[in-house]
Amino acid sequence: MSDKSTQWPLWEVFLRSKQGLDHRHCGSLHAVDAAMALQMARDVYTRRMEGVSIWVVPSAAITASAPEDKAIDFDPMADKIYRHPTFYRLPDEVDHM
Amino acid sequence: MTADPAHIDYVTRLGDNALVLGQRLAEWCGHGPVLEEDLALTNIALDLIGQARLLLAHAGALEGRGRNEDELAFQRDEPDFRNWTLMELPNGVGKHDDYAITITRNFLAGALHKLLWQALSQSSDPELAAIAARATKEAGAHWRHASEWMVRLGDGTELSHQRMQAALDRLWPYTEEFWTPDPIEKAVAAAGIGVATASLRPAWDATVDEVLARATLVRPRASEFRSTGKLGSHSEHLGFLLAEMQSLARQHPGASW
Repeated sequence: MSDKSTQWPLWEVFLRSKQGLDHRHCGSLHAVDAAMALQMARDVYTRRMEGVSIWVVPSAAITASAPEDKAIDFDPMADKIYRHPTFYRLPDEVDHM
Repeated sequence: MTADPAHIDYVTRLGDNALVLGQRLAEWCGHGPVLEEDLALTNIALDLIGQARLLLAHAGALEGRGRNEDELAFQRDEPDFRNWTLMELPNGVGKHDDYAITITRNFLAGALHKLLWQALSQSSDPELAAIAARATKEAGAHWRHASEWMVRLGDGTELSHQRMQAALDRLWPYTEEFWTPDPIEKAVAAAGIGVATASLRPAWDATVDEVLARATLVRPRASEFRSTGKLGSHSEHLGFLLAEMQSLARQHPGASW
């Protein structure tokens, strides 16, 4: 790392809780590199059998929307009820929607 | 049921190795260099204490005198413990905890545990084989943790390299105890219950050397020193460890929560 800081780089951790589900963000941690981040993610986030697969991503690689753009980004959707699939009835077998 | 004394002693050795190293690693709880490592070491400690529990419960059952795992862990005295001396050495030198020492011990012992549990999952003692099958997976994770750190700290900065080499030089002579033959091991190996640890040495050498090469660390020369913890003759450190570990259980015998 060219970063002169003594703090290890930050990684975002994504867990797949069981087969068939998507990886979900569960938290972050500091680690020297990707392999150690995986090792540490196992220790920090999967101690209680929370996952069957782990992804780690350097936090620096994530481009996030700006909180101050929240109004522009999201408010226009608030009154467009017709975009919500609320008129369909989901079968019970379809989980996790 | 009273089993062959060698069988009981052998299972006790395995249990004591796990218990004493687990206790040492648990000393890091709340003192780890970073939160992630604090958790990692505590996880390893808990795995080891879980193994110790199963192994000592099994040893107690083999012995047939009604002693459970708690009595074996907390009511025995120093000469009754059968762990390798390596396991009881402090986490650092003097009063200072040292991550280099901690990781290097996990590395040296972990390389053997990985092989040992694999071999013992074929034990003719079905209970021991089942414990070994479970421990094999845990030992794999412990080994990965230790070996990844060996490489990063060994091949890290000038200071980290120096400290890892010093830790390796300091602990290496204690690994000789792994291989010294003795009647207990001979008896259990002949019965198919245990393995002659010396037979695992070529694989241990290969595993350790491969990591040391990546870590740019130099394998220390063989030493004439032989520690004797597995025979019950320990370093001055085990007594202090046991005093801390056993004091509560001895003040309140049979207490539960």
